[in-house]
This record gives sequence, structure tokens and C-alpha cells, in this order.
Amino acid sequence: MEKNYYVCTGCGLLCDDIEVESEKNIINKVYTACRVGVAHMKNAKGETNFLVDNKPVDEATAVREAASILKNAKNPLIFGLGTSTDETQKLAIELAKKTNATLDDTSSFCLGPLVEALLQDKLKTCTLEDVRNKADVIIFWGADPSDSHPRHLSKHSYFPRGSEKQKGWEEERTAIAIDVRKSHTAKICGNYFFQIPPGGDTEFIDALIAALSGKLPKTSYKYPPKKILELANILKGAKFGVIFAGLGLIYSLEDLEPVFRLMKVLNEKANFHLVPMVGHYNMRGFNENLFAETGYVNRVKFEDGIVKHGPEYSVVESLKAKTVDAALIIGSDPLSSLPRSVSKNLLEIPVISIDPCETLTSKHAKIYINTAVSGVEAGGSATRMDGTKVSFKPVVETVHPSDEAILKKIMEAV
Amino acid sequence: MTNAMELYQMLPKTNCKKCGKTSCMAFAVSLMSRELTPEDCPPLKEESKYRESYEKICELFKPSEGATETGLIVHEDLCFGCGNCVVACPPNVANDPYGVGSGKAPTNVNRLVLTVEDGVVKAQNLGECRRFGKNKILCYGCIVTCPVEAIEFV
Ligand code: SF4
Ligand code: SF4
Ligand code: SF4
Ligand code: SF4
Repeated sequence: MEKNYYVCTGCGLLCDDIEVESEKNIINKVYTACRVGVAHMKNAKGETNFLVDNKPVDEATAVREAASILKNAKNPLIFGLGTSTDETQKLAIELAKKTNATLDDTSSFCLGPLVEALLQDKLKTCTLEDVRNKADVIIFWGADPSDSHPRHLSKHSYFPRGSEKQKGWEEERTAIAIDVRKSHTAKICGNYFFQIPPGGDTEFIDALIAALSGKLPKTSYKYPPKKILELANILKGAKFGVIFAGLGLIYSLEDLEPVFRLMKVLNEKANFHLVPMVGHYNMRGFNENLFAETGYVNRVKFEDGIVKHGPEYSVVESLKAKTVDAALIIGSDPLSSLPRSVSKNLLEIPVISIDPCETLTSKHAKIYINTAVSGVEAGGSATRMDGTKVSFKPVVETVHPSDEAILKKIMEAV
Repeated sequence: MTNAMELYQMLPKTNCKKCGKTSCMAFAVSLMSRELTPEDCPPLKEESKYRESYEKICELFKPSEGATETGLIVHEDLCFGCGNCVVACPPNVANDPYGVGSGKAPTNVNRLVLTVEDGVVKAQNLGECRRFGKNKILCYGCIVTCPVEAIEFV
């Protein structure tokens, strides 16, 4: 019998081999997904909720009120969308155009620059299938997939057999962790864990480049040169290398220039690819959809048909400078995730929160619309961390409207 | 827990071969792999001067609660279902090379030792585990690949 597999939208890995047993739209058992994925899929809820000023209303009222906030605002902020489908994201871009909004997502303070570089072909990349089939040297840099993307090592990057990797991980793959602490992933990497001090990434890159070029690697924190030379030797021998770049690396760099330099040297000596460790299941999709539309991956402001772009249009800067006068927040909780000094300004403007879960932001919102869990109760398509398109159908049916359906209605009403 | 050398230190060290092994050291190795039990060394079991050692060794090898036939226990509170052990387990790979062996959903559940259910690893079909049966060997596949030490053999 052909098996019926579902896609898990619990993280940027979008595992597509999940079996589910459900009855009366309640998920009873989930096979093969990790614990994070199971929690995400079993996140079943009760009644739908439409709240205005924390009082229950019907859907039409909530939509009407939301539309009127957006209409009356001079510069509304539209933010979030990392856990929304491509279809929803495209609608949000249209809505931003129509309402002259500032549009941004979480990538502006995490992996956005890296995804942008990939979309502009500035870095060599590959798919996770390539990694499974071919990769012999795998580097986790400032990333701990064992915590953030639990099936990363088992499904793609280290343990599985691939078409050109039939003998198994012990013989054919080397996994390396470069991090400031001994993470769970670093533990798996054993002797190939390179512990560097916080903020030490740029220097480590320079030392590594020196070692790759046959020079003595030096760091101000006196990293044993022998170990760096040993690492350089492994990297030089890679037939298909891949760097999984995480937030730890990005936060430690002022800009991506050291990464470009390292990738250049690595590709002179060997064959290396880079894949960003995108956390939210469709953050990369947002970057790609906005890029296709505007040429930018985030931080844009629409104004009467033209697009402006710049750091001042990031969620953080626009809240700091109080340039936005309303906010539509979709599937994100900036009141919890942004620094208090920034997020407190959200309390001064009308906020519309569209989220499958109650959050701090939704509790303080003027309007809260409780939507279906994307990927579990609503289908669509998304972009995996490596750029692969994945489509999915809902696992169960729900009374909750999808964020796509809600945005469509708001769009019609503005 | 312990190693063969430590066990050897507690044995009679006479190499009398009554256990069927060529030496006490060989017996210690068989104990470790659970091929033999402490009772299989007659002098250890019967002679009073070894009583203390015998009890200590028995204590080490007493089947603990929750353990499966191979002594495998899953600490369900620690396991987060990453699947590393599932994909690395040699009999799993041999019995389902294009399913779990390739990192994907199982296609041959009836012959797999480890699978993930509801986000936690489940052990079954222990007859397939390399630590079980006549040709058993000490396999560490599922232990060294687990990031959180959720699998243990006792
Ligand atoms: S690794 Fe991510 S996508 Fe895969 S099952 Fe776990 S949470 Fe879901
Ligand atoms: S029976 Fe006991 S004493 Fe004799 S060889 Fe075996 S282990 Fe050693
Ligand atoms: S001991 Fe080896 S064969 Fe047995 S479950 Fe673990 S990995 Fe599989
Ligand atoms: S036992 Fe360890 S390796 Fe196996 S699924 Fe659980 S956490 Fe992962």
C-alpha cells in the first residue's frame, strides 16, 4: 500500500516523511517526527477566537476593524510571516503595497543577509539531498541542529546512507562543529569540535584561511595552531564539503565579508557549499517571495507604487524611531522576542495579531485573530532552508480560518 | 558501568576453564557481552572465599527494571526523537536500506530494532539487535550517536 506521508512544519527542515494516525480530526499518533514536530502537530486547540479589545466578536467584525486600522494608518508595519505559507506571504506583500506599509520579517535580525547572498549567487550552495548523497565533510558553524532542527543529522547531514555514500557515516563522513560552547551537536562531532571564544569567529576564519594557504594560523586567543592546521587539512581533502551556517556565526560577524573570503579559498582548494540554518519553516520563503517581487529580502517600505529599502525599515529600527503607526503581526511574537526597549513601542500603536497561538503580543493586541496552524490545519507551499520548494496538505480539518483566508478578507476590506 | 578488566580483578584468576572459557579474562569478556552470567563460573559461585566478589558481580549484572531482553533501556524523558540512533543502527540499515538507512521514514517496520513514535524512540524486534542472540557482539551504534545519552545498556 502506498503510504500517506505528511510534511512537518515544525522547523526549517520541513521533513516530508511523517505518518499520522488521526480520528475525528484529533491527531493521536505521529511517526518519525522528532519531539518538536510532534508537539507542533498535536498542538490542537478549542474554539476559534476573534477578539477586539479582548472581547469576543465575530469574524466579520474583526476583519472590518483590522482593515480600518490599516486604512487609517499612514505607515503600518507588517511583520512576521516566517511560519506562513508562500501563498499567505504573497498576499501580505500585496497588502503592504495597497496600504503603503513597511514590511519586514525576523530575518532582518538573523539569517537574512546570508539568504540574500545566496539569492544573489554570491555563495555556492546545494540541497539537503546533495548533502545526503555526496557530502564527506560537514561543518556546523555557530549552529546546533540537534536542538534547533533535531532530524538534521539523521535525515540529511551525517548519519544516512546516500547514493554516493553507501558505507556509512563512520567511514565516509567527517562532521565538524565550530562553536562557543559544547552543544549537543558538538558532542556528536567528538574530536572535531573546535571551541572558540564568543566573537572569535572572524579571527578563526582568518586563521583558517592562513592555514589553508600553508601559513601559520594565529589568533589573539591563542588557539592551538596545530589544531587549526589539522582542520585545514581535513577541509582541503573534501570532495563535497558543506558549511551549515547558524546564528552563532552570523551574530559574531560585522558583515559577511569573512564568509565570502573563506568560501573563496575553500573552493580554490576543495569543493564547498553553504546552507543557512533557517529556523522558521518558511522564513526563507518570505525572503525569496519578497526578493522576486522587489529585489530585496526584507526591510522594505512601499509608497505609492515604489519600493524603498534600507535598515531604517527593519522591525527594530522602525519601532525604535516610532515611524510606524500601526502593526499587523502574523505568526510572530515580537513582544517576547525583541528587546523590551524596542518592543514597548508596540504598546503605543494599534496592533493586529494573527496567530494560531495566544502570545504576549496577541494578549496586548487591539485585535486578535486566532488562525489555523499552518501545515497542520492548513495547506500550502513553503521553501525549505536549502531553497527546495515543498508543498503540503493539512493533516486535520479545523474550524479555524487560515491566515491566508483572513488576509484575503482584510485585503478586500481595505 | 564497568569494563572487562575490572571484572577480571574480581574473578578467581585461576584459569581453571570450568566455565568453558580458556581463561578468566575470556570469561570476563563473555560476562560483558552477556553471553555468560556470573553463575557460569562454578568456583566463583560455590567457594565461600569468593562470596563477596560473586555478590558484587551479580549486582552489576542483575536485570534492571524497564530493560528489554538485550538490556536496552530508553530514557524517554531525555530522548527527543532526533532519529540518529534509528539511522545509525546497523541491523536497521541492513533491513531497510532505502527507508531508515537513508534517513527516511521506515518501510520495513517489522524488522527494525529502533523507530521513532510520538517523538520518542521505541525499541522492538530485539532479536535483530546485534547485542542479542548467538553471534552477539558489543555494538555501540545507538549509544555513540545519541546527543543526550538516552539509550543505555544494563
Ligand atoms: S526536524 Fe523539524 S521538520 Fe523534521 S520532524 Fe522535527 S520539527 Fe518537524
Ligand atoms: S570457571 Fe571461573 S575461575 Fe575458572 S576459568 Fe572460568 S572464570 Fe576463571
Ligand atoms: S546495540 Fe547496535 S544493533 Fe542494537 S539497537 Fe543499538 S545500534 Fe542497533
Ligand atoms: S535515543 Fe538519542 S539518538 Fe535515539 S532518537 Fe532519542 S535522542 Fe535521538
